[in-house]
Amino acid sequence: MSGGLAFEVRGLSKSYRRATQPANRDIDLDVPAGEIFGLLGPNGAGKTTLVRQLVGLVKPDAGSVRLFGHDLVAERSLAARLVAYLAQDEPALAELPVRQAIETTARLRGVARPASTGAATGLMEELGLTTVADRPLVKLSGGQRRLACVASALAADRDVLILDEPTTGLDPVARRSVWSALRRRREERGTTIVLVTHNVLEAETVLDRVAVLDHGAVIACDTPGRLKAAVDDSVRIELVWRHEPPRDDSTVDLLARVATIDGRRWSARIEREQSRGILDRLTRGPLVDSLDDFTVTTPSLEDVYLALGGTDDDLERG
Amino acid sequence: MSETRTTASATVAATPAPGPRVGLASAIAAVAAGQLGRVRVARGPLLVVATVQSLGLVILLRGIVHHHDSRTASAIVAGSAVLVVAFVSLNLLAQRLGALRATTALDYYAALPIPPAAVVLGTAAAYGLFTLPGAVVTASVGAAVYGLPFGQIWLVVPVVLASALVLAGTGAILGLSMPRPELATIAGQLGMTVVLFLGIITPARLPDAVQALRDIVPGTLAVDALAEAFRVHPHWGGVIIRLLITVGYGAVTLAVASRLFRRAVDR
Repeated sequence: MSGGLAFEVRGLSKSYRRATQPANRDIDLDVPAGEIFGLLGPNGAGKTTLVRQLVGLVKPDAGSVRLFGHDLVAERSLAARLVAYLAQDEPALAELPVRQAIETTARLRGVARPASTGAATGLMEELGLTTVADRPLVKLSGGQRRLACVASALAADRDVLILDEPTTGLDPVARRSVWSALRRRREERGTTIVLVTHNVLEAETVLDRVAVLDHGAVIACDTPGRLKAAVDDSVRIELVWRHEPPRDDSTVDLLARVATIDGRRWSARIEREQSRGILDRLTRGPLVDSLDDFTVTTPSLEDVYLALGGTDDDLERG
Repeated sequence: MSETRTTASATVAATPAPGPRVGLASAIAAVAAGQLGRVRVARGPLLVVATVQSLGLVILLRGIVHHHDSRTASAIVAGSAVLVVAFVSLNLLAQRLGALRATTALDYYAALPIPPAAVVLGTAAAYGLFTLPGAVVTASVGAAVYGLPFGQIWLVVPVVLASALVLAGTGAILGLSMPRPELATIAGQLGMTVVLFLGIITPARLPDAVQALRDIVPGTLAVDALAEAFRVHPHWGGVIIRLLITVGYGAVTLAVASRLFRRAVDR
């Protein structure tokens, strides 16, 4: 990492007409150059609006975005020359064959035609797209299509990548190949990467730092490790009941009051000290016969999110 | 908020060398190549549909045009040839841009280092080139059916290019300004219908009020220029002036469309 800031966001606010709540509220963020920085939050948290402002596509209502010290409102065109942006969906490329989608993107970023052909070949090999090179994106599976869009975003080796949910719909193998491609660019070229995700696993394994967004505001921003340490005095207990749980039991009753209940699947975050007694009663007494499965885990970013007041539970765990 | 700032990162990193700006011509070429690649599969059927419609008009109207009325015949043939351009450049482009506007697709282009005009011009160029064979076929078949002179048939090429410019610009304006893609589709089809009726009917047969309207409908001056090609002695001065006005009109519509493109992205 070079140490200095790539992005400096101050007091950023944005509202859309007819919307009841602002999409972004008074956001302050620093993203050092060479960092893999994540924006984590449920749908509607304001992540996409924030990245569209980081790319200079949308003017903020208030506040500023500086890219390597340049004000993006005043120097809007600079973002297009420094940043490669992958939107949540890329319908503009949908009907192009994979190879041509990557080549066209490279050419539109200023790469000469022969070099764009070479770049496309390299990217398809790197991401395992060679076998579908001549098929239009619209005819591919959802995962392959997303992978082809990621390949297009990587064309022309930009110093900053802003990727809005790049791994949505990918199988684990393809997801790992995207993560490897991103890490490689950071290590070899010092690329700064801003990654929007609502995948907790991705946030924990790939990101150097993560900002957690909720209702348009940043509710936390730190390394995944330090964020988790903030709620380290708790554990998560996941239970799957075999039948309807015996609510008349005091332990079950206690859990029912704090758990997120999804049918027979219960999930509860409990103080570490308190958890010992609960686990003892669950596993040693007659209650164990009522359980199909149970797991005890240390805090994840999902727990961080919930502990910080997040209310929505549509974070992706896989 | 539990924000931890890295004190070492308080300074701004040196700006890396930005990628090159892509020139208008290169960007137009790349956008047009992408558009042509996009419609690779559908190109044949679409072109047949666009051409068959115009050929049908030429043949159907043959039954009501007097043998010696070359003025009406040349207007029908010229209007039908430009109709091929209107079908694709105005109607389909309005649909395409309306659909793109309804999704995040415009973000893709807006995040690239290309002038906004390149997106509209590149798409218009692809759609315009796409119409050339159909317009040539319609003009040639029309001239044969009505017994018009073939000598100046080459004029169909500059007429198609000029009318593609103005009709694509109009299609882009319709597509980018309509709040919903369905409305863009309807607007594109209505626009094509206006070009059809005001193109193939000779101005002398229209009421005065409609004649004035006809002159401001994009593409009608190109129709008049092409109609000259079917005369024994074309009035070349008039042809050149009409084509220049059409090109100028096209430049204005494309400039407006580029502005609408920027506004559509910054929604």
